[in-house]
Amino acid sequence: MLLNMGPHHPATHGVLNFVVETDGEVLSRAVPEVGYLHRGIEKIAEKVGYTGFMPYTDRIDYCAAMFPNQGWAMAVERLLGLQVPRRAEYLRVIATELCRIASHFIAVGSMAMDIGAYTPFLFLIRERETFNDLMEYLCGARLTFNYVWIGGVSRDFHPGLDKKICAWLDKLEPIIDEFDRLISFNPIYIDRLVNVAVLSRQDVIGHGLVGPNLRASGVDFDLRRDVPYSVYPELKFKVPVGRGPFGVEGDCYARYYARIEEMRESIQLLRQAIAGLPEGEHRARVPRKIKPPPGECYARIESARGEMSYYLISDGTELPYRVHVRTGSFSAMSIIEHASPGLMIADLVALIASLDVVAPEVDR
Amino acid sequence: MPSWWWLLIEVLVKVVLVLVPLLTVAALLTWDERKQSALMQDRLGPNRANIGPFTLWGLIHPIADTLKLFFKEDIVPDRADKLLHALAPILALAPSLIVYCVIPFGPAVQIPGIGRPIALQVADLDAGLLFIFAISSLAVFGVALAGWASNNKFSLLGALRASAQMFSYEIVLGLAAVGVIVVFGSVRMSELVARQATPLWGGLPSWGILVQPLGFVLFMVAALAELKRSPFDVPEGESEIVAGFWTEYSGMRWGMFYVAEFVEVSVLSGLLVALFFGGYHIPGVDPGWALTGHTVAIPFTSHGLAIAGWGWGLLMMLAFGLKVIVGDVVLQQIRWTFPRFRYDQVMSLGWKMLLPLALLNVLVTGAIVIR
Repeated sequence: MLLNMGPHHPATHGVLNFVVETDGEVLSRAVPEVGYLHRGIEKIAEKVGYTGFMPYTDRIDYCAAMFPNQGWAMAVERLLGLQVPRRAEYLRVIATELCRIASHFIAVGSMAMDIGAYTPFLFLIRERETFNDLMEYLCGARLTFNYVWIGGVSRDFHPGLDKKICAWLDKLEPIIDEFDRLISFNPIYIDRLVNVAVLSRQDVIGHGLVGPNLRASGVDFDLRRDVPYSVYPELKFKVPVGRGPFGVEGDCYARYYARIEEMRESIQLLRQAIAGLPEGEHRARVPRKIKPPPGECYARIESARGEMSYYLISDGTELPYRVHVRTGSFSAMSIIEHASPGLMIADLVALIASLDVVAPEVDR
Repeated sequence: MPSWWWLLIEVLVKVVLVLVPLLTVAALLTWDERKQSALMQDRLGPNRANIGPFTLWGLIHPIADTLKLFFKEDIVPDRADKLLHALAPILALAPSLIVYCVIPFGPAVQIPGIGRPIALQVADLDAGLLFIFAISSLAVFGVALAGWASNNKFSLLGALRASAQMFSYEIVLGLAAVGVIVVFGSVRMSELVARQATPLWGGLPSWGILVQPLGFVLFMVAALAELKRSPFDVPEGESEIVAGFWTEYSGMRWGMFYVAEFVEVSVLSGLLVALFFGGYHIPGVDPGWALTGHTVAIPFTSHGLAIAGWGWGLLMMLAFGLKVIVGDVVLQQIRWTFPRFRYDQVMSLGWKMLLPLALLNVLVTGAIVIR
């Protein structure tokens, strides 16, 4: 049976399409079709210039809009040879790590929803609401932030915001434990995810998977630690690698639990960053018209969905000559065809959810 | 008037007595489900529908929903089997309404002005429990036809899942009830309930749950699977196959499936109450009092409160209704607590876990009863 899952199927959270060949319930093949959300963002960059492109980067990954902001800013700064003030770097770390937690909320919450438990999702949506409030304090926006600017960040801390963030973090740790008790250790949930769609190290490296998906398969690689950028070398954090408390390396449960662990690490990171926030400028002096010298550069950051990188070529004018964005979701989509044979329809849903694919990030 | 005329009136009155609360409760359950899920998820739930300034805690929502469903366009997919597509919702709703006619909602009661005792049960069949299984297994036709007639692959998958699941769990359901039948020695529903009023030990009534605890658990799990409710909601697993067999339904036809789902909750709750929670029985109250009337002593006084037979009958009806509603709420709660099984896990749970346990339960019960 040839089944079209998508582009408006409830499990695809956005517009993804899978052409699924099944024999009853068992899949013989699932081919992802990308391109439903292609907005030509890379081409837009060539028309709107360096500063003008910043709000567009938010739309690359709306679940965690701080990361594409930071990636773009880093790429342009590298080309300009711009030194970002230390305070700005710390503010960036705080903003992005908050975003990482919020993005993992969506990832693990919608995963629980795809497995059929609706309640945990809303528990995390409730927390994300507080995150949105914090973001509103930080930059005035709740979803697409445009906070990280070239040379720094758009504005300094709202007075008292650090206390608000710390209070939220204190509340958050018990909530993650509660979430574990509510759903992560539920026997049905474990049965549904353990040993499902096991991806080996060769598979994930071969298909270019990044971030938590890569680390869940036992590849110990995190850009924040291994290709350090920003002020991450000054902060102490662990990189969770391998399987979770149940199951094997590389199964859906490992990918799920990697995100839970990362949330805990991000909380520690945030505490350190807020405690060590230095005084100073929040933005370097940036010329009004940004005209980088001709050349090219490549900036990589560890986004919530893994490595996100910008490849930027400048020809010395006010407009970039070429921009390419490489995102984790796109490569994650590529492994679905490889991993799908033999899965059941319900497993395919679990696999898609565990890869944490965000539709606009696939196509840009 | 001839006596058959009176009989007809009696049956019609009883049908109204069953159907009206059943459908009202079904409507209220839609409200309850939303409020309960809201409670679980730290939300407010429905609170906007209003008549003037009155919102009545969202109680107007079921009415508003029904009105909306009536006025919605009824879409029949192209190349669907028109007749079967129309027939399926009826086939899904009817069995659950029929089942309730053999569940006793009160004891035999003496009503002033009527010479003979009236059984508070629409039909007291000899083979009551068997009738229930026979009718409830018809519900699978509605589901299977809905999936087949919709001309949609997701519907078809849902129908396949539903029929396989319902057939497998019917066996467990039947075997779990066999224990009760063996203990109480009857399949007539009125007798099954009446026997549960006999004292067991220590003042406890011999309710089914006390004499058949394993049977109760098996029956409950199998019945949840029969109802296709979470965690066994694979036939309509939203994130997998959109909405399963009712993907292609809209308007009031969809509404009938929806009502059927909530009526079934009450039916299951009614069955659980009748088989395992003593039906209309109130601990300390003899069902016979509904015939004779009884005077209860008021504590700390020398007075007694004389309640006539129909009064006791009413009390026991209320007790039955209360038990059913408590059962409904518990069953609803389960939905918002668990994730969904996978299709093959549902099957292996049914055949490899529950079926052997049910057989064991029958064996042990039989051995004890014969001894």
